[in-house]
Amino acid sequence: MTPCFGQITVAHYLAVGAVLFVAGIACMMTKRNALGVLMGVELVLNGANVNFVAFGSDYLRPQSLGLDGHLMALFVIVLAAAEAAVALAIVLNFYNSRASIDVDRADHLKG
Amino acid sequence: MEPSALPWLLGLATLLPLASFFFLLLFGPRLGKAFGHGAHIATGAIVAAGVLSFVALLVWLGHHFPGGGEHPAAELGRVTSGEQDPAHAATAGLSEPGSRAVGGAGEAGSAASNSPAGHMHRPPVYYAGDYYTLGVFGRLRLSIGYYIDSLTICMFCLVTLIASCIHFYSLGYMHDEQHEVTDQEVTLRDGSHLKRRGRPAVFFQYMSLFCFSMLGLVLAGNIAMVFVFWELVGICSYFLIGFYIERRSACHAANKAFIVNRIGDFGMMIGLMVLWCGLGTFAFGDVQRADAGGTKRLEQGIFSLVRSGADHSLRVPDGLVRLSARDEVARIVRGLGPQASAEQVEQAIAAQVETWRNGGPDGQGPRFGYGLLVLAGIGIFCGCVGKSAQFPLHVWLPDAMEGPTPVSALVHSATMVAAGVYLVGRFFPVFTPEVLLVIALVGCITLFMAATIAITATDIKRVLAYSTVSQLGYMMLALGVGGWVAGLLHLVTHAFFKSLLFLCSGSVIHAVHTNEMTEMGGLRKKMPITALTMLVGCLAIAGISIPFVIGFSGYYSKDRILEQACSFMLYEGNRSFVASLLFYAAAGGAMITAFYMFRLWYLTFAGKPRNPHRYEHAHESPLVMTVPLVVLAVFATGVAWQPFGGQSRLSNLSVVGLLEQSRPLGTLADAASPALGMTWPNEHFAHAPEQHEAIVKPVTWLATLTAWAGIGLATVIYCLGYIQAAEVRRQFEALYQFLLHKWWFDELYDVLFVRPTHAVARWAAAVDRHWIDGLIDGLARWTSGLAAIWDRMADQWLVDGSVNRFASGVYGVGVWLRRVQTGRLRQYVMFVAIGALAVFVFISFFWGSSWAG
Repeated sequence: MTPCFGQITVAHYLAVGAVLFVAGIACMMTKRNALGVLMGVELVLNGANVNFVAFGSDYLRPQSLGLDGHLMALFVIVLAAAEAAVALAIVLNFYNSRASIDVDRADHLKG
Repeated sequence: MEPSALPWLLGLATLLPLASFFFLLLFGPRLGKAFGHGAHIATGAIVAAGVLSFVALLVWLGHHFPGGGEHPAAELGRVTSGEQDPAHAATAGLSEPGSRAVGGAGEAGSAASNSPAGHMHRPPVYYAGDYYTLGVFGRLRLSIGYYIDSLTICMFCLVTLIASCIHFYSLGYMHDEQHEVTDQEVTLRDGSHLKRRGRPAVFFQYMSLFCFSMLGLVLAGNIAMVFVFWELVGICSYFLIGFYIERRSACHAANKAFIVNRIGDFGMMIGLMVLWCGLGTFAFGDVQRADAGGTKRLEQGIFSLVRSGADHSLRVPDGLVRLSARDEVARIVRGLGPQASAEQVEQAIAAQVETWRNGGPDGQGPRFGYGLLVLAGIGIFCGCVGKSAQFPLHVWLPDAMEGPTPVSALVHSATMVAAGVYLVGRFFPVFTPEVLLVIALVGCITLFMAATIAITATDIKRVLAYSTVSQLGYMMLALGVGGWVAGLLHLVTHAFFKSLLFLCSGSVIHAVHTNEMTEMGGLRKKMPITALTMLVGCLAIAGISIPFVIGFSGYYSKDRILEQACSFMLYEGNRSFVASLLFYAAAGGAMITAFYMFRLWYLTFAGKPRNPHRYEHAHESPLVMTVPLVVLAVFATGVAWQPFGGQSRLSNLSVVGLLEQSRPLGTLADAASPALGMTWPNEHFAHAPEQHEAIVKPVTWLATLTAWAGIGLATVIYCLGYIQAAEVRRQFEALYQFLLHKWWFDELYDVLFVRPTHAVARWAAAVDRHWIDGLIDGLARWTSGLAAIWDRMADQWLVDGSVNRFASGVYGVGVWLRRVQTGRLRQYVMFVAIGALAVFVFISFFWGSSWAG
């Protein structure tokens, strides 16, 4: 069995998580649309979540984090939901005042 | 009540007016009409003090009834032999407050009756002790003490009774102060009269403070405390004279009174220093005190230290002798050499003290210590001269009439100025014959001079003021010739009739709004009560009587004074010019007194109105003013009466009987002064039955006739108009001018003291302005220049510079950093990502095993 298609290990999960994370970061850095930035944020969070779940799985490692990993993942999901709600509210208000959701135009806090 | 309650009764009576003072000081201006703007509080306090004083009098009478067993005649005689009384300390209190003053009257009494000589002077009964010890500095003990004898109680009753009357009177007299006052005597620059807010609370506040001070002065148990209260009454007098502070004359009068009194007080301080240096104590009476070991020791007071001779004759205390003979002491110490022990030195000195005191073995050498005792006496008397307005410090009292009339009545006639006489009476045991002669001469000059000035004065209050000075002179004269009871009896009677006369004059002034008698006349129809009570006062001060039957109070006291002066003269066998002068001046003064008092009465109340306008507006004063007049008139008439004509035991229940109880040590024996060649008769000499024909009878008739002569002369001139006053004035123009200008005393003092002082002051001011101010200004300029340079160097460059530079650096960094905040969200994300990456790389490469541990 080639390493790529053999037994799935933690490393595989980590690779997926890293891809998700980098994709999320890239999305945040490049998107001018605020919703796109939010999606990037979700990607970053979920990339991290994949890592937690992988480390928490009893099937992948003998000394796993166990339930701690799963709980952490759940906690991040809840956190992401809350964060999304707040961020969407900000975006809505921004849209109301500017009729736009272009983050480049949101430079009022410029020093 | 036990006599141990006396200190507390009298102490409380003293403190009540003080409480009233502080209350009025803090809340006075805020009190409304309900409290009479504070007047009712002050009045209530002094009335309560009066009640306490009379309770104290009853307690005293219950325990020490006057005249118990001793008969004056038995104590007569010029002999001065007799045993020294071992238990002459009557009573003593412990130093802690709350302890009982031990009543030792019985002990003292038995000692007197055991005395074989029979004429032993029984020591006065007194209670002495300390309320509170302020501090003990070596030998010096400063304490708030009390000395209570019948004189103290008499004075308490006198002061509180008169003060109560005057407080009530003031309710009416000072009524104008309750609303806005227009002062007619102050003209502003625009020609209008000054309008000001009334200040009734201030007036009564000072009156309360004055009552406190006066009562404290009387209660004081040591001379240091007397001095403190002495100054307190002085400052109250200053405040009250200057009550109409807007009037320039009132300001000047207040200053004058204060400054002239300071001159006397300077002498008093010298006396105090001598006494303390020599005796080491300020206390009057003997006080029993427990020392540190708990054993009780009798600490001798000034009186028993000075009167330690046989039969309480004057004996210079050891302390004064040693102080005076300090050269001799030094010689003894040198003679004994350094190896002699302290006890040996002490013994050698003690063996010599008696010789030093007596002027060597043959009595021809200097009598050490005697001069110091004379100096102490003169010093204390100086204070009394200032306070009692005696020659040459009498000039302040007439000017003090600028104060409101109740103040003149209370402070400047009845009580405060009598404080000087009181102190002479209190300090009587300490005075040597030489001092007594000075006192008598000063009193004699004062009484004659003031009486003559009173003849020409036209200001009704000034007549009374000079009359006061004159009467105070009488008291001093009486004390000076050895008439202790005579002088103090005159103090009591004078206090009543003079406060009465002043209040009557106040009533007149209240009605006609002027002090000038030339504007008055005929007022008896408008003001019958005032006229009548004032007539009583005039009769009392003139000493009118039915001889040997009954008379006004002044008759008794003035007769006693004249009798004592007469017996003094007889003792000298008519040889001494001075003694004769004293007697004839007193007798002549009595005539002048009667003359000017009736001149005053006639000018005010009799004849036709001289100013119809003022006469029309005159009216009798309200009841609150006339009732005190009547009360005082009753006392002025009868305060010196002895019930049952001096025949019964109950007749001792009188002011004379009370005063006899506190007769100072040694005054029942004749006091001889070899240096002066004079002998002071004891006071009972004049009253002996065998002297009746020689002294009492002629003197009484003389006094009565002179008084009637004075009244007759006044009637002839001012009532009947047989002799025109103006013609007399023209006839004796020079004399008139001399008297009108008050013997030129003010002018003399102006030239002698005031102008030189002003000249020196001007010179000092010029030096100050040119030299001292120049020096100070130069220094200041130099300093400020130096400071300016230093400011540039250190402050601006170093301190400010470094701080500013640091601040601008921080500012620059801030400005530079602010460019990072672009406001672009995506850029921020990139920074975060790159930063995280950088940290990761950093950790990967540099977090070596050594760091990771």
